[in-house]
Amino acid sequence: MPAIIQLSNIDRHFQVGDQTVKALDKINLTIEQGGYMAVMGPSGSGKSTLLNLLGLLDRPTGGQYRLNDHETTTLSDEQQASIRREQIGFVFQFFHLVPRLTARENIELPMLLAGIDPDERHQRANKVLADYSIVDRAGHRPDQLSGGQRQRVAIARATVMQPKIILADEPTGNLDRANGHDVMEIIEQLNRDGITLIMVTHDPELGARAHEQIRIVDGQIAEHLRR
Amino acid sequence: MTLSDTLNYTITTFRSHRLRLSLMLLATAVGVASVVILTSLGEGAKNYVINEFSSMGSNLVIVFPGKSETTGALPPVVGEAPNDLTIEDALALQRIPGVTYIAPINIGSAPINWQRRERETVILGGNHVLDIIQDIQLDEGEFLPDIDPRETRPVVVIGAKIREELFGSQPALGEWIRIEEYRFRVIGIMQEAGTAMGVNRDEVVIIPIASAQQLFNTPSLFRILIHTQSREQIELVRDDVLALITKRHDGEEDVTVITQDAVLSAFDRILNALTMTIAGIASVSLLVAGVLIMNVMLVSVSQRRAEIGLLKAIGASSQQILWLFLTEAALLSLVGGLIGIALGVGCAELLAHLYPALPIAAPTWVIAAALSICLVSGVLFGVLPAKRAARLDPVTALARR
Repeated sequence: MPAIIQLSNIDRHFQVGDQTVKALDKINLTIEQGGYMAVMGPSGSGKSTLLNLLGLLDRPTGGQYRLNDHETTTLSDEQQASIRREQIGFVFQFFHLVPRLTARENIELPMLLAGIDPDERHQRANKVLADYSIVDRAGHRPDQLSGGQRQRVAIARATVMQPKIILADEPTGNLDRANGHDVMEIIEQLNRDGITLIMVTHDPELGARAHEQIRIVDGQIAEHLRR
Repeated sequence: MTLSDTLNYTITTFRSHRLRLSLMLLATAVGVASVVILTSLGEGAKNYVINEFSSMGSNLVIVFPGKSETTGALPPVVGEAPNDLTIEDALALQRIPGVTYIAPINIGSAPINWQRRERETVILGGNHVLDIIQDIQLDEGEFLPDIDPRETRPVVVIGAKIREELFGSQPALGEWIRIEEYRFRVIGIMQEAGTAMGVNRDEVVIIPIASAQQLFNTPSLFRILIHTQSREQIELVRDDVLALITKRHDGEEDVTVITQDAVLSAFDRILNALTMTIAGIASVSLLVAGVLIMNVMLVSVSQRRAEIGLLKAIGASSQQILWLFLTEAALLSLVGGLIGIALGVGCAELLAHLYPALPIAAPTWVIAAALSICLVSGVLFGVLPAKRAARLDPVTALARR
């Protein structure tokens, strides 16, 4: 499988007072297309920073990040936004649904930003609503949904643009066991359908389900396991 | 993101913060309404004055005794009192080229009687062309006859209200009324005309100028009204009039000659300045509304950090976020402005209804100006919050709960 993500010598340094904090330090990493990687590590180790960099929400202070064989670090804000829109889907621990919008409106949001016309938006939203069995919740606002349903809506939103990569940050961290299991099933099914899945977690049990595991400690990859 | 999507999205943000929304709309609306109301009042005052002056008649040059200028530090001890303006002066003016009509007038007040009814009335001494110059229309009878202005004649033209009050439903034409010890025959009745120059025409009686001088026992005139052939000749006639009177008064420039145009344009300038000042003061409230919008939007940006972070994560560029918030500011000020205009126009109409004498009306330019100032200030004050939102770092925005 060709590589979809190639990181070489990625640094992410923060200036805190007169101290430089190396959140990521000389990271080299290749992720294959259709891969399934768990990013593990203690809190503050830099795993979320890595996920944000991969999702182009953050810029590295040094190094190269090639996505689909294109250098991303030199892209403009507008170009990066378009990559986030078209190729990357985020799933967050706290769902991050817009509270005043209904489930359907939340799902349509990325398509709204992409300028897709209302008819197609509606159809695509219908499809993902059906895929994640939340059709009957389409008109509900997030506060009328259970945690599991919220995360389904969030996943529906992340996948409605048919991205190549799903970045999940503790996707089950805020769910009970049963719902967490369901959500994992959904996400892993996406991976089986060919989407590259990168998931941050500190749950070793979840991490063990991935095809690859990396462990980040103090901004460096301490361990890289393949199954 | 299409415009309609942007608008729809913005409307959803309004949906969830009704109180905040209504406060902002209220502030904007009050600002715009005050601009509209105050400028309407200013315009009303201006139109009132201009109407008053235009009802004096057009192409008019007015001569009155005395010089409106200050000379010397002490009051003159001897012989500086202005000469009277006389009928002879008026007759001499007749020969100036460009002059079509001349009406010497005198004004005073005296009780008038018919049978047992009596009332105090403004008495105007004039001549046979006064009706042309002052645009006086008759209901019945005829205006003053064309006689030598030095000749008295016992005839009177009465205002509509005088007729009503003195005669009631009985015929007035041909009746004899008494003004002090003189008797006058009613030869004409004026149409209802309303007020001009502070004089209610409906409550005036007009008698020949010589009779008025006799009545008030004075050789002098109150004014000489000169009607010119055309507008262009006004200035020329003005200069000639001044020169001629000065010559007749032994080289002393002791009259003031004004033209209606000059008066009108002076008033126009003054009242425009006044209106603009009022509008400027009122605009301060718009400014306040703008600052309020900025404030509330800054709060809104910090409350919606997570949402902004999310929008960025799912593919919004900084530019799109900027537009989203600017749209919000623009929409707010537009809606607030429209409400304000409705409010302002409504209040102006109400005032016009309460004070019918004052032609209060919100002019279109005021409405347009108020709305555009409101929009511009709304968007300008929206720039700062919008930029802050656009610059927001999505990582920290999303990290917070």
